[in-house]
Amino acid sequence: MAIYPLKETKSPPQSQIKAVVWLKENLFSSALNIALTFVALYLIYLLLPPILNWTIFNANFDLAADNQSCGREGACWAFINSNLKMFIYGFYPQEELWRVNTMFGIIVALVVFGSLIKESQYRAHYIIGSFLIYPVIAFFLLHGGLGLEVVETDKWGGLTLTVVVAAVGIVASFPLGILFALGRQSEMRIVKFISVIYIEFVRGVPLITILFMASVVLPLFFSAGMDFDKLLRALIGITLFQTAYIAEVIRGGLQAIPKGQYEAADASGLSFMQKTVLIILPQALKISIPNIVGSFIALFKDTTLVLIIGLFDMLAIVGAATSNSSWLGREAEGYVFVAMVIWVILYSMSRYSKKLETRFSTEHK
Amino acid sequence: MSELTNKEIDKKGCCDIIEINGLNKWYGDFHALKSIDLKVKEGEIIVVCGPSGSGKSTLIRCVNFLEKFQEGSIIVDGTELTDDVKKIRQIRSEVSMVFQHFNLFPHLNIIDNLTLAPIWVHNKTKQKAREKALQLLDRVGIKDQANKYPNQLSGGQQQRVAIARALCTSPKIMLFDEPTSALDPEMISEVLDVMVDLAKEGITMVCVTHEMGFAKKVADRIIFMDEGQIVEENDSDAFFDNPESDRLRLFLDQILSQ
Ligand SMILES: Nc1ncnc2c1ncn2[C@@H]1O[C@H](COP(=O)(O)OP(=O)(O)OP(=O)(O)O)[C@@H](O)[C@H]1O
Ligand SMILES: [Mg+2]
Repeated sequence: MAIYPLKETKSPPQSQIKAVVWLKENLFSSALNIALTFVALYLIYLLLPPILNWTIFNANFDLAADNQSCGREGACWAFINSNLKMFIYGFYPQEELWRVNTMFGIIVALVVFGSLIKESQYRAHYIIGSFLIYPVIAFFLLHGGLGLEVVETDKWGGLTLTVVVAAVGIVASFPLGILFALGRQSEMRIVKFISVIYIEFVRGVPLITILFMASVVLPLFFSAGMDFDKLLRALIGITLFQTAYIAEVIRGGLQAIPKGQYEAADASGLSFMQKTVLIILPQALKISIPNIVGSFIALFKDTTLVLIIGLFDMLAIVGAATSNSSWLGREAEGYVFVAMVIWVILYSMSRYSKKLETRFSTEHK
Repeated sequence: MSELTNKEIDKKGCCDIIEINGLNKWYGDFHALKSIDLKVKEGEIIVVCGPSGSGKSTLIRCVNFLEKFQEGSIIVDGTELTDDVKKIRQIRSEVSMVFQHFNLFPHLNIIDNLTLAPIWVHNKTKQKAREKALQLLDRVGIKDQANKYPNQLSGGQQQRVAIARALCTSPKIMLFDEPTSALDPEMISEVLDVMVDLAKEGITMVCVTHEMGFAKKVADRIIFMDEGQIVEENDSDAFFDNPESDRLRLFLDQILSQ
């Protein structure tokens, strides 16, 4: 018999400096990689200086400057400053801007409060309640009525409009998408048939086409005298569009649920509704989160297309602001600014979804 | 029948709680169950065994209508199984099932797994359901895991949770479909112990299993199936000592020599 003494625990050998190892592994691992690295470096060398020059070194940061005094060799950030209100609120009347701010304020408050009651047993009630009540409040604030002065939707614009269009598209398409996903799985032939036709039709058509159809075709169904709100038409079109994509994403989640889950739910006597709501959907939605968020991000970008049917979202505001004679020729500043804002929003969305994902996967699989 | 105090009398003497008559089932063209007749008395422990693909699972899954069948009739506790959703749900609320792969709900913790059906199907209050759930978890020896999620437990623990979940609705009948065959050897006995306990209590059990030790110990009757039919059925002593058909003899040779 032999007895072996316990061995000491040692740290791994550290022969090389970390940064050097990283460079070797990631940038210079093969001949092709080395070539690509140098091409990339050359491109950066070509592009970076002019970009930095335009946005920073040659730019004019004097926020009180006007188009003439700004000069042409760099960006004129005074343009953004003097049109900031329009970028955010569109043509919403000056004295009513508090209503938009209140609307954004409430949503921030709701989110903050929601994160404070993470442990509460009423959290689900709170979230569902918010989703049901907030849209009503938001519509009342933005649109007016009941004592508030009415602001017609053609005055809405800028970031506000972008957010409204994206939020309505997201919130409305989610439950509809769930219904169509379930419909596509249904054993009832008719339901399944309608769902498949709808989903495949919409997914085969670009959003622009749907927006045009919504703005041109939809009014044909209504009597000539009836004024059918342009924004409403766009919202319907976007919701119809997004519903089909969400339905497909959720169907993917549904398909990943093992048969045993359905059987266990059936065997314990749950009704179809109970089985779907309590067992199947929670698991399917959890799996689908990354793809759902991905689809929402795509939608957020697509909302810029509403400018084509004459709505003034943030991108369209650039055109409106630069057609003002005092800011002619400042499109570049406008587009760069809009791109930055949209990027910040989308990047936060995608970070948030990453967070959700890791939370769910550490809590339970 | 509930006045009967002596379980022995109860088992031998009373009424059929499951009555299967001329049951035929096809998967497409494949004849999976061939004219099955089987009566199970209240409180009886039935073990079903047979080679893979012989239709054991299919048979017990017909009892709670997880599988549809084309011919014959099944009467459970006086209610005949038809397509009627209400009747199916009523029968399912009296019949619990334990699966080979546990099929716990992974998004719910253990206690919520147990209280789901009592709350939603049997209209119990949360409080009552919880009390009963904790009691049952205690009985299967895992009370301290109540707030964990299924994937945080070992296979044996998960199957014990599944048994507790099945018991939570106070079923009249328990169906087991190979409850130990997905488990590592060292966990099999902890699950079998729980089942032996159950068998002593007079609940009706129909159990598909290859655990012949368990069958010998608790079964009132053992049923041997092959190729979609019941080939032989006998009380547990005679079943092992005097197998009549060649097929059963061959099967026992194979399974006991392992
Ligand atoms: N959904 C199905 N579609 C088609 N054939 C099926 C289906 N389910 C089972 N079968 C077939 O029916 C027969 C009986 O299957 P069953 O699952 O009842 O066997 P089993 O006795 O439980 O076997 P095992 O011991 O492997 O679990 C098998 O031949 C199987 O291939
Ligand atoms: Mg089986």
